[in-house]
Amino acid sequence: MTDDIIIRIRDLKTAYGTHVVHEHLDLDIRRGEIIGIIGPSGCGKSVLLRAITGLKEFTEGSIEVFGQRLETLDEAERAEVEERWGVMFQDGALFSNLTVRENVEVPMKEHTQIGPELRHELADMKIRMAGLSAEAGPKYPSDLSGGMRKRAALARALALDPELLFLDEPTAGLDPITAEGFDSLIRNLQQALGLTVFLVTHDVDTLHATCDRIAVLGDKHVLAVGTIDELRAFDHPWVQEYFCGPRGRAATGH
Amino acid sequence: MPVTTSPGFALEESGEFVTLRLTGDWTVMTIHLLDHDLNGLKPDHPLLIDVSGLHRIDTAGAFLIDRTLRAAPEGSELAGTHDVARNLIQQVHAVSEPVPPRPAPDHGFLALLERTGRGFMGVMSEIFATLAFLGETLVTTLRLLLSPWKLRWTSIVSVMEEAGLDAMPIIAFLSFFVGMVVAYIGATTLRDFDLEIYTVELIGYSMLREFGVVLTGIVLAGRTNSSFTAQIGTMKMRQEIDAMQTLGLKPMDVLVAPRIIALLLMTPALTFVATMAGIAGGVVVGWSSLDINPGVFLDRLRNAVPLEHFWVGMSKAPVFGFVVTLIACRQGLNVGGSVQSLGHSTTTSVVQGLFAVIVLDAIFAILYMELGI
Repeated sequence: MTDDIIIRIRDLKTAYGTHVVHEHLDLDIRRGEIIGIIGPSGCGKSVLLRAITGLKEFTEGSIEVFGQRLETLDEAERAEVEERWGVMFQDGALFSNLTVRENVEVPMKEHTQIGPELRHELADMKIRMAGLSAEAGPKYPSDLSGGMRKRAALARALALDPELLFLDEPTAGLDPITAEGFDSLIRNLQQALGLTVFLVTHDVDTLHATCDRIAVLGDKHVLAVGTIDELRAFDHPWVQEYFCGPRGRAATGH
Repeated sequence: MPVTTSPGFALEESGEFVTLRLTGDWTVMTIHLLDHDLNGLKPDHPLLIDVSGLHRIDTAGAFLIDRTLRAAPEGSELAGTHDVARNLIQQVHAVSEPVPPRPAPDHGFLALLERTGRGFMGVMSEIFATLAFLGETLVTTLRLLLSPWKLRWTSIVSVMEEAGLDAMPIIAFLSFFVGMVVAYIGATTLRDFDLEIYTVELIGYSMLREFGVVLTGIVLAGRTNSSFTAQIGTMKMRQEIDAMQTLGLKPMDVLVAPRIIALLLMTPALTFVATMAGIAGGVVVGWSSLDINPGVFLDRLRNAVPLEHFWVGMSKAPVFGFVVTLIACRQGLNVGGSVQSLGHSTTTSVVQGLFAVIVLDAIFAILYMELGI
């Protein structure tokens, strides 16, 4: 069913100057799944995220999000699409001159007509939902630890209850316990809200704990897509190394 | 985008319960329509919230339902079936807690005293920190000058180009026009006494003693100062300075000293260019509207204006360069973790730089006058 595909990428080519990052890249992401994007450093995982969200222009091919091609939309239609997704960047990208609560309120202020009182309460709810205590609300991002910043960034990404959530390395740099908490948080939220999650990660544990499917990027395109078990059987040196190396085995219990 | 239906609710009284039937989409895009009405709801009996008529719901809608449920009399509960509503409301309920009231801000007399005290202590510690930084900079610079093989010549030369050579056109340009203005104003006044030729002295004294060096100082404070603060501040923000320290590199040696030395060397050069450009401006005005031949102008300049005025101006140049760079580096190292503090430090840096140039110039004027130079 075509309706179930929330992101459809066809024959994508992106480049920085003469350096080609992706070429002939095809990928479908289904509604309601958590898809993990993995690949060696520098293979263009984050660039793919930027291309989908319209931050990086691509040279060839097409990307459809919610069945629409972003580059053909006018400003109002574009804003409608932006209301339906949330993005959490690698190091949070919180606005450093706003408090955590104000950060979470930014998308609500911009896209909805909710009054300040209720917006406050909603923001506090999101902050707690992301696993922070309400005391973090009036603090500035520079006063928070790395893990707390990630949670605050997640709260901002969730502010508008998006259907589609982009997470760029959500657990990188977190201790294993916090990372585990983050994994189950993502899983819980996904189930409760019916989210589709686009998860860029390096963390095998996260992949194992959260992802329905995994796409492996490499050689400028998608090498393979499938569940962990399918990928473990996939014959490619990097994929084998990744899942059947010591860390991969420890994470997946094989 | 799926079509949204507007949200609503209806109240039905039935014996000991009040049933609240919810309809439509309760999402973050629609709930602003309900907020006020729901807040005004004051049922005297326990509420039964029927969610079966709901269309779509998200956490914002769930929050609103949960809030209503909390505010309602004891015994209130959810009723009806819905795909996700119960689960969502539970999720939201689990993370909702009564918000503690915020402490009211204190605007009393005591608070005023406290602010005044804090402000005063802030100024004091600012002065103290600047003096401490001055000392540290002097010690570092002197230590490095005594062992020149340890100096970072590459960065010194690079700063000399960026802050010195690249600033030369703009300084020359500004100074040229200021020279012209001074010549015009002087000539207009002196014409009343038929002493137009004294324009030469006017240009000579003002350019050599004051304008050349002050204009250079002002351009440095606006141009170089802000760029130094932004450079060092960004490095501080991105923890590059911390990285340097752990690698055994001293920020004072690597960042501050090369800039100080480069500016100590370049400010006199810039001042010289500014002075010459200013005099050229005077010559042009003299020639074009006062009928003073350039040859006559320069001849009179040489005879009527003693050389010591030139040295007075030049002697201030390294001091201005040093102080402006000192302020820039200190403000750069002062930057904290936020973008706001970078902006704040850059502004402070430029303001303090301009302030320092003008005040130092005044002090020099008094000093040289007392010395009779």
